[in-house]
Amino acid sequence: MLDKAYIVHNIEDNVGIAIKDLNADQLVSCASAQFHEKTIRLKNDIPFGHKFALSPIVLDGKIIRYGECIGLATANIAAGEHVHVHNVKSARCHEE
Amino acid sequence: MGRMRIEEEFMGYPRADGTVGVRNHVLVLPSVICSSHTSRRIAQGIKGAVALYNEHGCGHIGKDYHRTLRTMIGMGTNPNVHSVLVVGLGCEQVIPYELADEIRKTGKRVEVLVMQDEHGVRNTIKKGRQVLRSLVEEASKSERIPISVDRLIIGTECGGSDAMSGVSANPAMGKAVDLIVGKGGRAILSETPEFIGAEHVLARRGADVEVGSETLRIVKAVEDLAKSAGEDIRGAQPSPGNMSGGLTTIEEKSLGCIHKGGTSAVNHVYDYAESVRCAGLSIMDTTGDDIRSISGMVAGGAQIILFSTGRGTPAGCAIAPVIKISSNTRAYLNMKDCIDINAGTIIEGAETTGMVGERIYGLLVKVASGRRTKAEILGQNDFAIDRILPTI
Repeated sequence: MLDKAYIVHNIEDNVGIAIKDLNADQLVSCASAQFHEKTIRLKNDIPFGHKFALSPIVLDGKIIRYGECIGLATANIAAGEHVHVHNVKSARCHEE
Repeated sequence: MGRMRIEEEFMGYPRADGTVGVRNHVLVLPSVICSSHTSRRIAQGIKGAVALYNEHGCGHIGKDYHRTLRTMIGMGTNPNVHSVLVVGLGCEQVIPYELADEIRKTGKRVEVLVMQDEHGVRNTIKKGRQVLRSLVEEASKSERIPISVDRLIIGTECGGSDAMSGVSANPAMGKAVDLIVGKGGRAILSETPEFIGAEHVLARRGADVEVGSETLRIVKAVEDLAKSAGEDIRGAQPSPGNMSGGLTTIEEKSLGCIHKGGTSAVNHVYDYAESVRCAGLSIMDTTGDDIRSISGMVAGGAQIILFSTGRGTPAGCAIAPVIKISSNTRAYLNMKDCIDINAGTIIEGAETTGMVGERIYGLLVKVASGRRTKAEILGQNDFAIDRILPTI
């Protein structure tokens, strides 16, 4: 059985949260299976507590965590790719 | 795996005003800082009695006076309090007899001693201890009866948070709050500064337009207050430490905080220490300081506080049990004498958020029926009022 390597808070979410340090190319499965059943092949190293995409997110697409928008993609993001300050901007700070 | 049974009832103390206590304290309530030390000495060694240490009660102006008075009255009227001994000095701004009259409106027995009328500290202590013993004798006759969980008012708080708070402890606590609200109980989401960046989400969850605009207003007021002191709260968030922990945006950080209140609609926005009468989830406009925020919610009628922590803290409350939930196992083991539930199992993949949420709910009902929390066992009689204007 694959390591339960990440959690997902809400069925709407398009990011998973690493619950241990994960490596690029690692195949990982979700600890919260009720929200996400698929396994994911990681594109980057994902440190503990960091996020990666569960599915492709297009430029300007919403990053969804807790079922809510936590920011907008500043690049196309592939499934399994690290999602953080290098490819996400706050949707709040930019609308003001 | 069998699901836990969701309890419908707890054993509580019915009060004359229709509220229900989960504790049966006799409260020694100093009306001013000057009588706080004497109040402590009166309560010392008398089982069943607890004294607040009140640093306020004089030199207040305007709305700060009203908020302070409201908080002191609220501590006395809280359903966890059986009866009250007000101890005053005699020349303070908060008049002890008026404070007592306000608390008596609940039907509770309230006695008053004024130090300047009792000819000093030693006489006040002697007489105070006599009065207090008789109040405790009376309180001891109270019996717990089965009460529906819909009579509970649960306050939520987080303190000493870490990057995992929004992953494990807060979402699990939110599940427990959703369960309570689903059963018809009341819950309070507090700590306005932590809404910043996610206030639009909260506002959208408002039961009507007014609740939504009130939510936005209290957040803006905190930001404006910081700006008037030359600080931009929004610009500095998330902090470098938050970012290395994996938090990307301010809305993500704040969403992690407000998740401790669950996902229900927000039915009302209360000012600090206002009486929480509205069913379901409400917001109370409190500070991010744990003890001040907890005191505000307890003054508003909360009988129990759920408290998530990433680092671990001893925080408690003089008259309400505080249930502490750690976001990670390391903090739980490090501060085991302070923490009641470990939600770190979520990040270890051993339990789901829902499972821990049900565990929190289960403990909540047991604590409501009398089980002591770690903070109670430690005797953490914390109390502080959040002041909004300087002492004059």
